[in-house]
Amino acid sequence: MRITVGEGSCGVAAGATEIYSLLEQGIKAFGIDCMLTVTGCIGMCYLEPIVNVTLSDGQLATYVRVSAEAVGEILKLLCNEENNAEQYLIAQQDQENLDAQQRIALQNCGIIDPENIDEYLDAQGYQAIKKCITELTPEQVIDEMQASGLGGRGGAGFPTWFKWQSARGSEGDKKYMICNADEGDPGAFMDRAVIEGDPHQLIEGIMIGAYAIGSDEGIVYVRAEYPLAIVRLELAIIQARERGILGENIFGTDFCFDLAIKAGAGAFVCGEETALIASLEGERGMPRLKPPYPAQKGFLKLPSNINNVETFANVPWIIRNGGSAFAAIGTEDSKGTKVFALTGKIAKGGLAEVPMGTTIREIVYGVGGGIRGGKAFKAVQMGGPSGGCIPAKLIDTMIDYRSLAATGAIMGSGGMVIMDESTCMVDMARFFIEFTCNESCGKCTHCRIGNRRMLEILERICNGEGQDGDIELLSALAEQVKDGSLCGLGQTSPNPVLTTLRYFRNEYEDHIYNKKCTARQCKPLLTYTVIDDLCIGCNLCAKRCPSGAITGELKKPYIIDNEKCIQCGKCAEVCKFAAVAVD
Amino acid sequence: MGCNCSENKKWECSDSSIDIALLEPELAKHAGSPINLIKVLQKAQELYGYLPLDLIVYISSALGVKPAKALGVVTFYTQFKTKPVGKHLILLCRGTACHVNGASGIEEAVSEYLGVSEGDITPNGLFSYNNVACLGCCSLSPVMMIDNKAYGNLTKDSAVKILKEIEMREASLCG
Ligand SMILES: Cc1cc2nc3c(=O)[nH]c(=O)nc-3n(C[C@H](O)[C@H](O)[C@H](O)COP(=O)(O)O)c2cc1C
Ligand code: FES
Repeated sequence: MRITVGEGSCGVAAGATEIYSLLEQGIKAFGIDCMLTVTGCIGMCYLEPIVNVTLSDGQLATYVRVSAEAVGEILKLLCNEENNAEQYLIAQQDQENLDAQQRIALQNCGIIDPENIDEYLDAQGYQAIKKCITELTPEQVIDEMQASGLGGRGGAGFPTWFKWQSARGSEGDKKYMICNADEGDPGAFMDRAVIEGDPHQLIEGIMIGAYAIGSDEGIVYVRAEYPLAIVRLELAIIQARERGILGENIFGTDFCFDLAIKAGAGAFVCGEETALIASLEGERGMPRLKPPYPAQKGFLKLPSNINNVETFANVPWIIRNGGSAFAAIGTEDSKGTKVFALTGKIAKGGLAEVPMGTTIREIVYGVGGGIRGGKAFKAVQMGGPSGGCIPAKLIDTMIDYRSLAATGAIMGSGGMVIMDESTCMVDMARFFIEFTCNESCGKCTHCRIGNRRMLEILERICNGEGQDGDIELLSALAEQVKDGSLCGLGQTSPNPVLTTLRYFRNEYEDHIYNKKCTARQCKPLLTYTVIDDLCIGCNLCAKRCPSGAITGELKKPYIIDNEKCIQCGKCAEVCKFAAVAVD
Repeated sequence: MGCNCSENKKWECSDSSIDIALLEPELAKHAGSPINLIKVLQKAQELYGYLPLDLIVYISSALGVKPAKALGVVTFYTQFKTKPVGKHLILLCRGTACHVNGASGIEEAVSEYLGVSEGDITPNGLFSYNNVACLGCCSLSPVMMIDNKAYGNLTKDSAVKILKEIEMREASLCG
C-alpha cells in the first residue's frame, strides 16, 4: 500500500504539509502497513491538498481538498473500518479532465516521489541518456531532435536541434550546457512544477543535451522565488552523483558531466539568455547584442547552449520513443505537447499538458472548467509581459506558434491568465507596462524612457484624466519602443498595449471620453451611491469613510457626497446589505 | 582616512549586530573571484537579513571587484535589501494572476494592518513586506510568501489573520 501527498509549492500553500504529518501520525498510531511519500504537483491546483492511495490490489483512489477530517476517514479506510472517505474522492469530471491530457514533460509529476531517485529509475529514468551515450553518436542525438521538431519552450519556439548543432559546431574544448529556470513570466509555473515534481527528468534532459553539444559542465539558473525547487533539485543532483549518474565516466563510458545550481536574484530580464549569462558571471543582468550568439560566445566567453526547463523535460521522452513519435503530436508548425498554466478567473486553475493545436476554448472550458462563478469569458492573456490579450471572439484560435502570432499575442512560456467581465483591459495594459518599467534594465533609451511615457499615459487614462489623442500617442510610442529596443524585453513590451488597443479600443474610449470603467476596476472613475431601499442606516460606512463623505441619521438611508468621496471603495466593502452601488 | 594599523584589527561593520566571522569562510572560498559576487551577497543576506553599505564594500574588496560595481549589482537585483528587514519578510505577489484576482487589495490590507509601506520595517521589528513579481503559485492567487512558505487564496481578512497568527506565535515564544 502506498500513500502520496502532493507537495508542490501550491500543495504546500494549500496545507499539504499539515496533511502529511497528520497521515504520518495516524499511520504510526494505528500501525498501518504502508509507504507514505510526497510527490510533486499533478496540476490540479484547485483541488489541493491531494492525497493518492494505492491499495494492495493496485487500485488507485485520489482524494481531493483533503482536510483534517478527511485524513481521519482515510485512516479509517486503511484500517478497514467503516468510513466516509468516499465523499472526498475526486469527481469523475476532474478525473476525466486529467486523463484527457497528454503528458510528456509532466509525465511523472504528481506520481513519483521527486526526492527519491529510485522512483525515477523505475519509471524508465536515465534510460534515455544511457541509450545516447552507449548507442548513439552526438550527431544521431541531434538528428533525433530534428526529427522531433521540438521547439524551445522558453518563449520563442526556436528549434532545439539547431541550437545544439550550432553549439556542437562551435570551436573549443570547454562548452557549457545551461538551463534557464528563471521562469519570469508572472502567471506561469510549469517550470517550477517540473523541477519540484520531477527534477531527475530535467537533469537527464540536460545531460542528453550536454552529450550532444560536447559539454561536461552544466548550470541551472533557478529564480530565487522558488526555494522548494532549489531544494529538490539540489537533492536530486546529490542522489545522481551518488549513483554515478553525474560525474566521471557515466555508465562506464567516456562521458563526464556535472551540474551546478545558481540561484537568481530577482530580475525578470535575467530570463533573456545574454542577460542570464551576465548574471551567472556575477554582473548586472544586462542583455547584449547578438551576434555573437551564446553558441559561439556564452558563459565566460565559451560556447554555451541555453534551453528552458520544459524544453529539456521533453528530451528523455523523445530519445526513448523516437523523434517521429513526438512529431506525430501537434500541428504542422508546432510539434508535441505544451504545458499551460491556467490562472486568473478560471474555475479550475492549474497546469494542463495538451497537444499543440488544441483550441483556447478546449482548454478554458475543458480542463479549465470555464469561468469562475459562471461569469462571461472576456479575454485570455498569453505570453505574459511580452504577449497579448486574445478576446473572446477568437476563442476558437488553435494554440500553435503561427495562429497565436496572428492574434498579436505569443505562445510565450504557456501562461494563460483568464479574464472575465470584471477585468479592465486598460488597467491590464497599465499593469504590464508598469511591470516592464520596473524590470527594464535601463540599457536602451526606447525601453527605458518609452515605456515610462506609455505608463504615464495609461495611468492618466485609468485616473480619469485621459485626453483626446492619447490613443494615437500610445500606438505611436508602442511602435517606436518595439523597433528601437535592443533585447526581447523592450521589443515585445508594447504587445499588451497593442493587443488591447486592437481588440478593446472601446474600453480606452470609454475611459477617455465618457470617464467610465465598465469593468469597475479603475477607482477614480467610479461613483458610489447609497441605494435607499437597501440601506438600513447602520452607520458602518460612515464610520469607515476616511474622507467624511458619508453622512446621515441612524436607521435612515445615508448619503454619499461625491465631492468629498475619494473613491476608496471602503463603504461598498464594509456594507453588509450591498446597499452601496458602484458605477 | 587613517593609518594602516587598522589592517591588523578585525573589520567591524557599522551595524554591530553583524558578525563578520560567519561570512569569512564563504569569503575565503571565493576570494579574488568576481564571478561569485552574487553568490556571496546572497549568502551574506541570508546570514544578516540585509546588506549595509560597508559590508558591500568589504565583500567587494575580498572578491576583487570595485565597490561601485558591487553596489551596482546590489541595486540591480530586487532580492538584495540595503535596509534591515523584519524578522519575517513578507513577499506579496503582484504578478498577473494575482493582480487579476485582487492583489492590490491584499497589499492595502497588509500595509494598513502593519502600519508601514513597502520595504519599511514595523516598529517591533517583526515584519516588513516587499512586492514581488510572481511566486509560482498563481493558481492559488492572490498569494503571499512568508519565510519561504506560500499562502494562497488570500482575502484581506485571511491575510491579516495569518499575520496575527505569526504575532501570536512570537508572543508565546517570548513567554
Ligand atoms: C525579457 C525576456 C525574458 C525571458 N525569460 C525567460 C524565462 O523566464 N525562461 C525561459 O526559459 N526563457 C526566457 N526567455 C527566453 C530566453 O532568452 C531563451 O530564448 C530561452 O531560454 C531559450 O530556451 P529554449 O530555446 O529552450 O526556449 C526570455 C526572453 C526575454 C527576451
Ligand atoms: S502571479 Fe502571483 S503567484 Fe504567480
